[in-house]
Amino acid sequence: MKLPRSIEEIRSDFPILSVKVHDKPLIYLDNGATTQKPVQVLQVMDELYRTANANVHRGVHYLSDIVSERYEAARETVRAFINAPKREEVIFTAGTTASINAVAFSFGERFVHEGDEIIISGMEHHANIVPWQMLCERKGSKLRIIPFSDQGVLDLEAYRSMFTERTRIVAVTHASNVLGTINPVKEIVTEAHRHDVPVLIDGAQSIQHGIVDVADIGCDFFAFSGHKIYGPNGIGVLYGKEKWLNEIPPYQGGGDMVASVTFEKTTYNELPFKFEAGTTNFTGAIGLGTALDYLTALGREAVAEREQALLAQATGGLSSVSGMRIYGTAPGKVSLVSFLPGNIHPYDAGMILDKMGIAVRTGTHCAQPVMDRYGITGTIRASMAFYNTEEEIDALVKGVRKVTEMFA
Amino acid sequence: MTINEIQDQIIDEFSVFTDWMEKYEYLIDMGRSLTPFDIAHKVPDFLIEGCQSKVWLYPSFSNGIITFTADSDALITRGIVALLVRVFSGHTPDEIISADIYFIDRIGLKQNLSPTRSNGLLSMMKQMRLYALAFKSKQEQL
Repeated sequence: MKLPRSIEEIRSDFPILSVKVHDKPLIYLDNGATTQKPVQVLQVMDELYRTANANVHRGVHYLSDIVSERYEAARETVRAFINAPKREEVIFTAGTTASINAVAFSFGERFVHEGDEIIISGMEHHANIVPWQMLCERKGSKLRIIPFSDQGVLDLEAYRSMFTERTRIVAVTHASNVLGTINPVKEIVTEAHRHDVPVLIDGAQSIQHGIVDVADIGCDFFAFSGHKIYGPNGIGVLYGKEKWLNEIPPYQGGGDMVASVTFEKTTYNELPFKFEAGTTNFTGAIGLGTALDYLTALGREAVAEREQALLAQATGGLSSVSGMRIYGTAPGKVSLVSFLPGNIHPYDAGMILDKMGIAVRTGTHCAQPVMDRYGITGTIRASMAFYNTEEEIDALVKGVRKVTEMFA
Repeated sequence: MTINEIQDQIIDEFSVFTDWMEKYEYLIDMGRSLTPFDIAHKVPDFLIEGCQSKVWLYPSFSNGIITFTADSDALITRGIVALLVRVFSGHTPDEIISADIYFIDRIGLKQNLSPTRSNGLLSMMKQMRLYALAFKSKQEQL
């Protein structure tokens, strides 16, 4: 699979990639934190505010109709992108964190009681830990944690042995934001379903790196963020199977999510609106739809293939630096590398790389339990997108080498 | 030397550097040569936790003068810590409380002390002033 256009041409779609930082050309390798936006997304957002801004699902007037249609078209784009069976199963949220919190609250309200158990993994981002902890505090339930190996591979045997009559839900990341590991979510779901337990998949780090098919995975919930897939901030998606979404209560009340309201009783609107209280981020949703179209036009398999090549180059190059430790060496990874050169503090390394124009993430990556697992306080993480170049990876490796010299 | 004389001296030292690399190498050297921090003081009470790097700060007070010792787990942060200790240590509480700290900006390290930087340095500077206030009120009570 080849990208349909040259990398130079593709890069020219992303205006920010030509800015300079500290008088050096920007080398953006922090795509795991957020991705840059193609001009197609920027233009559609601008055009929306200029020509079609009105509240969705509210008015009978022309603009409201137009923007409501485009909002619903974006929902259809998302549905097709993740291969969700029904458009009613696609809910727009503020992002992955909001999506997970919604499930932890709504599902928890309905189905989790004192003494019940929730299974998560040891490699979760805080966003897939804290909402469940909050639920446990409210309900008196407890968390069970799937351990993982030094390579960063989940211990599925331990996972299988964790189910009890009290297990209510499993929440696992599709791809680790620190280790890069792509988890065997299909197997995880199959096992849970054998016990009639639903599964939420945190897709924040997987959706942008290839084909994600929720019907094939079979998961009950899937969460992801727009800004990590070349779309705008403040928009995300919660996919949920219709049967669950019908059964669980809404987590926010307000306009548009109701069928009728009296002071005695409110009945809720149908799906997906039941979970979209208040004025939604319709510009964000339409921008996200455009971003997904952009990725589809590039070819998601071609994108994945290119990113895997960049990952191999980065892993190889960094490994050649003396004293290098790489965290996360699972056989299947998304395009990110967490590393520590010698005993250099990640903050020190990040500061020097920044001065070279290289943007990487340093620290705990909002995954302190992963740091504890390895007994470290942080790592440096380079996360690649398809628009990164081989030259940029070379510059990273050269930069890291320079850092090791400076701190030797 | 007064706080301002020390600040001017640091500005002078940094003025010879023509590029950022030399500046950071100098900071790293200073981090390395910082007076060793008493391990007995490396306890949570004296820890200023940043999200990215940690800073420890220990004050002592005698004959009306405050002496600070400090440390950090990151070397560049430790270099800046060394500068802050050099500027603030050895002065009276009043001198510290009323000090106008301008050297950070002038040597081009302002970025490192912005509120969005999670290295603990800004909190360290605040903490130094808080210690000065505490020692001052203790002194007045005597």
